[in-house]
Amino acid sequence: MKITTQSLCGTMVKEIAAISGENVAKCYQCGKCTAACPVNMAMDILPHQVLRFLQLGLVEAVLNCNTIWICASCFTCAGRCPRGVDLPGVMEALRAILLRKRGFSRFKAGDMPRVLNKGMPEQGIVSGFRKYTK
Amino acid sequence: MRRIGVFICWCGTNIANTVNIEGVTEAAGKMPSVIYADNYKYMCSEIGQSMIKEAIIKEKLDRVVVAACSPRMHELTFFKTAAAAGLNPYLVEIANIREHCSWVHKDKQEATGKAIALIRTAVAKAARNKELWATQIPVECRALVIGGGIGGIQAALDIADAGFEVDLVERTPSIGGRMAQLDKTFPTLDCSACILTPKMVEVASHHNITLYTFSEVEKVDGFVGNFEATIRKKARSIDLEKCTGCGICWEKCPSRVKSEFDEALVMRKAVYVPFPQAVPNVPVIDRASCRRFTREKCGICRKACPAGAVNYDQEDEVLQKKYGAIVVATGFDILDLDDFGEFSYGKHPDVLTSLEFERLVNSSGPTGGRLLRPSDQSPPKNVVFIQCVGSRDKSRGKPYCSKICCMYSAKHAILLREKYPEAQAYVFYIDIRTAGKDFEEFHRRAVEEYGALYLKGSVGKVFPDGDKLLVKGVDSLSGHAVEIEADMVVLAAAIKAKSDAPQLARLLGISTDTHSFFTEAHPKLRPVEAHTAGIFLAGACQGPKDIPETVSQASGAAAKAIILLSKDNLLSNPCVSEVNESLCTGCLSCIKVCPYGAVAEKTIEEKIHGKALKRRVAEVNEALCQGCGSCTVSCRPGAVNLKGFTNEQIMAEVDAICL
Repeated sequence: MKITTQSLCGTMVKEIAAISGENVAKCYQCGKCTAACPVNMAMDILPHQVLRFLQLGLVEAVLNCNTIWICASCFTCAGRCPRGVDLPGVMEALRAILLRKRGFSRFKAGDMPRVLNKGMPEQGIVSGFRKYTK
Repeated sequence: MRRIGVFICWCGTNIANTVNIEGVTEAAGKMPSVIYADNYKYMCSEIGQSMIKEAIIKEKLDRVVVAACSPRMHELTFFKTAAAAGLNPYLVEIANIREHCSWVHKDKQEATGKAIALIRTAVAKAARNKELWATQIPVECRALVIGGGIGGIQAALDIADAGFEVDLVERTPSIGGRMAQLDKTFPTLDCSACILTPKMVEVASHHNITLYTFSEVEKVDGFVGNFEATIRKKARSIDLEKCTGCGICWEKCPSRVKSEFDEALVMRKAVYVPFPQAVPNVPVIDRASCRRFTREKCGICRKACPAGAVNYDQEDEVLQKKYGAIVVATGFDILDLDDFGEFSYGKHPDVLTSLEFERLVNSSGPTGGRLLRPSDQSPPKNVVFIQCVGSRDKSRGKPYCSKICCMYSAKHAILLREKYPEAQAYVFYIDIRTAGKDFEEFHRRAVEEYGALYLKGSVGKVFPDGDKLLVKGVDSLSGHAVEIEADMVVLAAAIKAKSDAPQLARLLGISTDTHSFFTEAHPKLRPVEAHTAGIFLAGACQGPKDIPETVSQASGAAAKAIILLSKDNLLSNPCVSEVNESLCTGCLSCIKVCPYGAVAEKTIEEKIHGKALKRRVAEVNEALCQGCGSCTVSCRPGAVNLKGFTNEQIMAEVDAICL
């Protein structure tokens, strides 16, 4: 993969910025998000790399990674980011783009009673809504 | 029999951890002539000094040895302590048992033995110390400032405002220096000329400042408080008094040469003013390119000048001036990029240095402030900035960080976007260094508000691709290779010392580092003084610096100069050479080795067997002598002695170590 003037001018980055309300240029790549992420071991690209790829306009690489689905939306990264980057918001925007393209939500409000049981942490339910609904 | 007191310092744990203090104290007490030995945790403290004072009085000590740190640190402290107790300070001797012993050794037993030997040496020397008195030297209350950039301007104004006369010598036809070439300044984006020109005008109109532009310092003799400089005022070929600065001469001049001020991006005339706000606003004739001088033809400017100010017969003027202090503010150059072929600099017109870019965005520059590509005069869309071109480069450039490039490149990225909102800046960097007030915020603004894309990594090659430049680099953060089709490439070339800095250093008798930057007397605590007393440093001639740092250092140098000039007299160092005329054979080898010109020959008359005989001997000028001791070692009959370090004292030291 090569970064060129063309790839850097993609429009997709603007869409992600519009959905998330976040300017990815704020990130200076310290890697705090990755260091703090409790599920980074399962990710194919690391959270800080998601932001770097977006800064470079490499949107395809980000949309095809498993990271955005592994992300538990726990907000640890956002809580510790020295630049105040809302990375969970960016992750959500990336998922929303894919879900909107796909056209359906995996997780509907009607399904709620079925999955609700004592073993399901509340954050898991909220996270599920975040991750699998458009 | 002397009455010597030895005082041993622990220096906290610095000495005490490696040297057995009690053992050393006991051994010192048994040394010849030592009647008192004691130790304390911090000899330099108030309590430690009181110990010494009390012992001098109580024990009637007539010599004192302090075994502590280097004499560079605290010799003066202990001199003052002794003087306060009524003892001539030159009867105090320092044994350096820290830098020369505890810091460089690990084995306590061996270090203790060495500390004892060093103290024995100092005791042997101290026993032969004689009382010495400093003499007074008058101070010439005028200052010389070399270099008319912002550093020199600030230093001259500060010294002049303190009420002292200042001569400001500038080599080029106008003062202003590098700052005059700049468009905006980081991190406030102030217009550089707008904040500089009022100071330039102030220099020109200040009643205490005499401005010598197009002039050079050729020679400096003398010493602190009494320098004598030779200044060559090069022939301007224009009468400064008559010229009105109307500009007709340079309009009519048929010769064209590359403009130094505009970084050779445009041509200037042979008779020229470097830039519109030049001070003085009087042209000079560049005789190397003027047809009148190269071919004995032409003469148009003289015919055209309505004021009759053109004078082809003007000659260089050589002035002799006396000064008490000198401030050196000669600035910097940028690295020659011949060794960096991969960037195509010099081969493609759209590959520029940052200073050239600065001229291109400047409203007084070659494009009137419209940033256009030199190749086709079109506005650039994609501009690649490459950092650390020759900086932090041990093999082809300079190992140091040029300090200002991170910030001016962020500024350039912002200026680019302000001129052309659609343009994109790419910045290849190795590290971003923004240590300065509001610097990091400024850099982040370039990234977040002005959309500059920062790519961590180097550029391997820049080459022409149609009417564009293909830049091949890497983004090491993502691990991807990068290819950018650029319209313009801007190289942050390393800052280097002026190529003639070593010559100026020799002329002034100051030192330079391995990169020819002038060295300060102490990197932390004496950052504006040169090693030679009375000479002060300001700005990038001492190391890469931005404008606020240069101005601060210049004001610091000015303050130091003012301290010196405000004294009527200076105390001289009494440790100077003296000639024993009865031993001197008149070979005068001491004159040859003296770096300060302090030894001269004289003729004396002696009566030998009733006959009057004339004889040639050497004589030391105590005001010029710096006490280096070169003459003493060159003297074959041993007639020259350095007071405080006589041959007898040195031999006693050697004996004390060896015997």
